[in-house]
Amino acid sequence: MTGLDAPVAFGTAALGAVSGIVGTFAVVRRRSLQGDAVSHAALPGVALAYLLGGRSEILLVLGAAVTGWVAMMLVSGIVRSSRVPFDAALAGALSVFFGFGVVLLLYLKRNISGAATVRPELYIFGQDPALMEFADLIPVLGLGGGAVAVIALFWKEFKILSFDPDFAASLGFSTRWLDVLLTALVVLAVVVGLQTVGVVLMSALIVAPAAGARQWSDRLGSVTLIAGLFGAAAGFLGTAGSAALSVEATVPTGPSIVLMATALALGSILLAPNRGILWKLFRRTTLVPPGMPL
Amino acid sequence: MSDAALETMWLVIAVAAACAVPGVFLVLRRLALIADAISHVLLFGIVIMYFIVRDLDSPWLALGATASGVLTVALVELLHRTKLVQEDAAIGLVFPALFAIGTILASMYFRGTHLDIDQVLLGHAELVRFTRAIEIAGVPLGRLPTIIMGGMFALNVGLVVAFYKELKLSTFDPALAATFGFLPWLLHYGLMTVVSVTTVAAFDAVGPILVVAFLVVPAATAILLVERLHWVLAVAVADAVLAAVSGVFLAFELKTNTAGTVATVLGAIFGVTFFVAPNRGLIAQVYRRFRQRREFFATMLTIHLLQHEGTPAEPDEAREDGLYRHLHWTPNEVAGVVRRALGEELIERKELLLQLTEAGRVRARSVLNL
Repeated sequence: MTGLDAPVAFGTAALGAVSGIVGTFAVVRRRSLQGDAVSHAALPGVALAYLLGGRSEILLVLGAAVTGWVAMMLVSGIVRSSRVPFDAALAGALSVFFGFGVVLLLYLKRNISGAATVRPELYIFGQDPALMEFADLIPVLGLGGGAVAVIALFWKEFKILSFDPDFAASLGFSTRWLDVLLTALVVLAVVVGLQTVGVVLMSALIVAPAAGARQWSDRLGSVTLIAGLFGAAAGFLGTAGSAALSVEATVPTGPSIVLMATALALGSILLAPNRGILWKLFRRTTLVPPGMPL
Repeated sequence: MSDAALETMWLVIAVAAACAVPGVFLVLRRLALIADAISHVLLFGIVIMYFIVRDLDSPWLALGATASGVLTVALVELLHRTKLVQEDAAIGLVFPALFAIGTILASMYFRGTHLDIDQVLLGHAELVRFTRAIEIAGVPLGRLPTIIMGGMFALNVGLVVAFYKELKLSTFDPALAATFGFLPWLLHYGLMTVVSVTTVAAFDAVGPILVVAFLVVPAATAILLVERLHWVLAVAVADAVLAAVSGVFLAFELKTNTAGTVATVLGAIFGVTFFVAPNRGLIAQVYRRFRQRREFFATMLTIHLLQHEGTPAEPDEAREDGLYRHLHWTPNEVAGVVRRALGEELIERKELLLQLTEAGRVRARSVLNL
C-alpha cells in the first residue's frame, strides 16, 4: 500500500471515536477488559451465524454481537449468584466461548461445502483496513453513530450508574437494565471494529483512549469527549503512520493504531496537568503546595 | 480408543492438571485477567527472542516468552502504582501494546510468515504422537511434551506444598501476611512466574487463549463445591482431569480441535455445577429462599396467634376463615400456611379456632425474644 487513502483513514478514525466514547464507561466502571472478553466471545457467534445459513457480512456481525452479549450476561449472572469473582468469570467466559468457537469453526470447515474458504483469521487479527472502501464505512458510521446517540440519550442514567449504582437503584432506576444496555453498546462497538483491527487490538481501542482522557479532566463529559478525540486521532494517525512506514516494509494498520492509542495514553499519564507524573515531580521539586494553580 | 487419542489424552491430562494448581490462586487472588494478559504477550516474547537468537527451535524462545509474561506483570504494576489508572485499565493498556509490537515486528521482518489462526492461537495436542518418545532403560515413559507437562504438574504441586501456609495466609489475609514478614511481592512474583512458565509449557499443546480456560475454570468450579483450600485444590485438579479425558474423547469422536473441546467441556461442567452444586448452586439457593419464605410465613402465623392468645379478641383473630383479613394474605396463602403449620405441629385446630401448640409458642417467643 502506498499513500493514505481517505476511506481507510476516515473509517478508522470513526471507529476509534466510537470505541473511545463507549470505552469511557467501561473504564470508569472498572470493567476495562469487557471489550477483550466480548471480542473473544464473538467467535462462536460468527460460526453459528454461518452454520445457520448467514452469508452476508452483516449477519455474521450480528451473530458475533449475540454471543458476545450472551457471554457478558452470563458473566453478570455468575457474579450475581455465586462467589466466583468478576475477573475469573470474565476470563473463564472469554476462553470457554473462544474454545467453543474454535470447535464450531473447524466443524464448519470440514462439514459444510464452501466453508473451507471462511477465514476466521479475519475476525481474530482483523483484515487489512487498507482494503476498506466507502461502502464499508456505512456499518461503522451507522452502528457507531447509533451507539453514541444512545449514550447521549441515557447520559444522566449511565453517569449515575457508573459512579453510584446503589444511589441509582434507590432513585428507582433499573440498574440491571441500564447495565444490560451499556454492555450492549460495548458489544456493538467491539463487533463493528472486530473485522477491522482484530480481537486483541480491539480491546486496546476500548481502554487506551479513555485511560488517557481520564488524566485530563475529572468531569465525565469532558473525559468522554477527549476519549472520543483520542480514539479518532489514534485511528487516523495509526493509519497514516502505517501508510508512511509501509514503503519499506509492511506495517500492519491495526497494531499501528493500537500503538498510537497507547502512546496517547502514556503521554497523558506523563504530561497531564495536575495529575501527570512529570507534573507531580515538578511540583515536588518546586515545593508548590498541592492544588495551587501555577 | 486409538493410540493417537490415548497419547493426546495423557498430554492434555498433564496440561490441565498442571494449570489447575496455580489457577486456584489466580482465582482466589483476583488475578485471572493478569493470566489472560500473560497468555497474550507470549508471542511478543517469542518474537523478541527470535531476533536475538535467530533460531526457531531454540529453548531461549521459551525463556523469552516466560520473561515477557513476568514483564507484563511488572508493567501492569508499575502503571497501577502511579495511581493514575485502575488495575484493569493498566492490564488493558499493557498487553495489547506488547501484542501490537510483536505483530508489527513479525510482519516487518518475517515477510511471508502468515499469522495463521491454527498455528498461533490453537495448540496441537493431537500432534504429540509425532514427538520424541522418552524411555529409561528400555521402559517407555511417554512422549517428551507429556513428560515435561507432568513435570510441570509435579513442580507446581511441590511449590504449593512447600509454600502452603505462606500462600494461604497471603491469599486470605494479605495484611497479616505482611506483618509476619512474608514478603507479599516475592510470593506475588513467584506465583506469576509459575503461571508464566506453566503457560509457556502449555503453549504448544493448547495455545495461548485456551490456556486461560485451563487456569481459571477448574478453580471457579471448585470454589462452588468446597470450602477448604486443600479441597479446592484437589477438586480443581479432579475437574481438570475429568474435562481432559472427556474432552479429548469427544474431540476425537467429532474430529475437531482438542483444546477447544476441552475448554468447552470445562465450561459445561462449570455450568452444570453452577446450577446443581449443593449449598452454593443456583437451585440450592432458590430452594433455600423458598424454604425460608415458608418458614417465615409459618412463624408470622404463630406470632399472630401468640399476640391474641387469651385475649377477648381471640375468637375473631384466631378464626381460620378470618385470618386472611388480619394478616393480609390471600385465602389460598392462608390455607397453605395453615396446612404446613398443622403438619409441623406448630398449631392445632380447636373447632373453628387455631391454637398454638407448645412448639408453636416456643417458635413465636424465640423470634420475639420473649
